[in-house]
Amino acid sequence: MKQSPNSQCLIPYILFLADSTLILSHRNSEWCGHGPILEQDIALTNIALDLLGQSRNFYQYAAELINEQQNLQDVKVPPSEGFREASEDSLAYLRNERDFKNLLLVELPNGDWGQTILKQFYFSTYQLYLFQQLQNHSNQQLAAIAAKAIKEVMYHIRWSSEWVIRLGDGTEESNERMTNAVEALKDYTNEMFIAADYEVEMAIDLKLIQQQWTEKVKTVFEEATLSLPEKVFNQTGGKRGIHTEHLGYILAEMQHLQRAYPNAEW
Amino acid sequence: MEVQDFVQKNSLGEKLFQQKIDTETKIEPKDWMPDAYRKTNIRQISQHAHSEVVGMLPEGNWITRAPSLKRKAILLAKVQDEAGHGLYLYSAAETLGISRDEMIEQLLTGKAKYSSIFNYPTLTWADMGAIGWLVDGAAILNQVMLCRTSYGPYARAMVRICKEESFHQRQGFEILLVLSKGTPEQKAMCQDAINRWWWPSLMMFGPRDSESTNSDQSMQWKIKRKTNDELRQQFVDMCVEQVKVLGMTLPDKDLQWNEQRGHYDFGEINWNEFRNVVKGNGPCNKQRLNARKKAHEDGAWVRAAAMAHAKKKAENVKQNAA
Repeated sequence: MKQSPNSQCLIPYILFLADSTLILSHRNSEWCGHGPILEQDIALTNIALDLLGQSRNFYQYAAELINEQQNLQDVKVPPSEGFREASEDSLAYLRNERDFKNLLLVELPNGDWGQTILKQFYFSTYQLYLFQQLQNHSNQQLAAIAAKAIKEVMYHIRWSSEWVIRLGDGTEESNERMTNAVEALKDYTNEMFIAADYEVEMAIDLKLIQQQWTEKVKTVFEEATLSLPEKVFNQTGGKRGIHTEHLGYILAEMQHLQRAYPNAEW
Repeated sequence: MEVQDFVQKNSLGEKLFQQKIDTETKIEPKDWMPDAYRKTNIRQISQHAHSEVVGMLPEGNWITRAPSLKRKAILLAKVQDEAGHGLYLYSAAETLGISRDEMIEQLLTGKAKYSSIFNYPTLTWADMGAIGWLVDGAAILNQVMLCRTSYGPYARAMVRICKEESFHQRQGFEILLVLSKGTPEQKAMCQDAINRWWWPSLMMFGPRDSESTNSDQSMQWKIKRKTNDELRQQFVDMCVEQVKVLGMTLPDKDLQWNEQRGHYDFGEINWNEFRNVVKGNGPCNKQRLNARKKAHEDGAWVRAAAMAHAKKKAENVKQNAA
C-alpha cells in the first residue's frame, strides 16, 4: 500500500483541487440568466453548482487538516478575528491571488458559448481520469470525495461533449467558432499534466491521465469534425500561484463582501 | 361546417365551459373555451413565465459576490429554480396554442410585460434577503391563489412552483435575520433594503380594484379568486408581524392596526411611480430587457447549430435505415 502523502504536500494539493473547481464554478455562474436557451442555462448552472459543491468538500477537508496542524502560516491563511480557524470560507475568501493554485484554464474569461463548452469539456475529462485514480488513493478522505464527484463529472462530460459535437458539426459559423475556441484554449491544457512540486508526492500517474484525456478529446473532435491544435505552447504557473491577469478580478469580485466587512457573519 | 352547426356547437361548448367553471372542474387544453378566456390565460401565464426569467437577472447580479460558499450555493440554486419555473410556465402557455418562440418575441419587442418589481436594482447583499422575503412573499400569495385557478395546466404548474417558492421565501427571511443580528453596518444594510423593496412589493399586487381593467372577468372565470386589494391587505398584515422578528421597521408612518376592519391600515402607494415603471421608465427596465435581448441574440448561432446538427443526425438515421 502506498504511503499517505505528508500534509506539506497534501494541503496545497487539496487547495489546488478546491481552487480549480471553485474558479470554474464562478466562471460558469456568470452565465446564469444569460444562456442561449433556458434549458441550457439551467444545465450550466447545474454544473456550476456541482463544482461549487466539490470545491466545498475539498476546502472543508483542507481546513480540517490545517486546523489539526495549527500551522496557519504555512498555507497563508490570513490571520483574521472572524476566522480564528481555517474554514471553507476563510480559504475561499481570504487568500490572495498568489495563494490560489487553480489551473490557468479555468480562470480564462468565458468567451462565447463554444469556448465555455470546450473549457468545460477539457476540464471535466481531466477530472474524470484524475478522480478515477484518486478514488483508489491511500488517503481515504480524498478518495471518498473523488468517488462522490465522479458521478457528477460523468454527466458534465456527456453534456459538454454533446455540445462540442453539436457545435463543431452544426453550421459553418458554429464550426468556425469552435475552431477559434480550440485555438484560444490550446496553450492552457497541458498544465493539467505537468506536476507541481506538491503534486509529485501524491503519486498520481499524470502520464496516464494525459493519454486517456487525449484519446477522449480525439474521439469527440472526430465526431465534431474539429482538428486537434498544432503548435502548442504550454502556459503554466497556476498551480504555483502565478496566474493570468484575470484571476485578480475574479477574486476582487468574489471576495468583495468578506473584505469590505471583516469579521461579519453572513 | 354550416353556420347553424357552428353556432350550435359553440353554444353547447359555452354551456359545458360554464358548467365546469361553476362546478370547479378544471378547464383542459382540448376543451372548448371562449377566445377571451384563452387570450387572458395566454397573457397571464406568459407574463408570469417572463417574470421568472427576467427575475433571474436582479438576483443573478449577486451570485459571483455572494458572501459565503453556502450562500452562493443557495442563491445559484434559487436562480436556477426560477429558470425551471419559467420552463413549466412556458409549457403551460403552449397548451393554449402559442409557441415559446412567439412568447419570447413578444417579451423582447416589449409587447408582453413582466412583473415590474424586477425593474428595481439590487444594490446590496441585503437585497437578496429582501427579495426573498418581500418579493417572493408577495408572489406566493398570488401563486397560492393560482393553485386553484380554473385552467388545469396553469394550476398544476403553480402547485409545483409554490412548493419551491415558499422555500425561497424562508431563505430570504433567513438572510435578513442573520443581517439583523450582525454588525451595525449589516443592520443598516438590512433596514435599507426593506425600505427600498417595501413599496415596490406592495405594487406587485397591481392597481386598486376600482382601477383594475382585467379583474372582473378574471374573477368570474375563476382565473383569479381574490382581488388585488384583498391580496395586498393579506400581505401587509403578514409582513407587519414578521418585521418585528427582524427588529426592523416598515417604511410607512400610516401603518396601524384598525380594530374595526381587523386589518392594518397602510399609507397611499405612489401610483405615479407604479405607472412609470409599467410604462418602461423604472430604474432598470432598459437594462433588463437589453440583457434578455443580448442573451437571445448571442445565443442565435448556438440554437441554429443545434438545429442543423439535429437535422443532419435525423438524415443520417434515415439514410442508414434506407
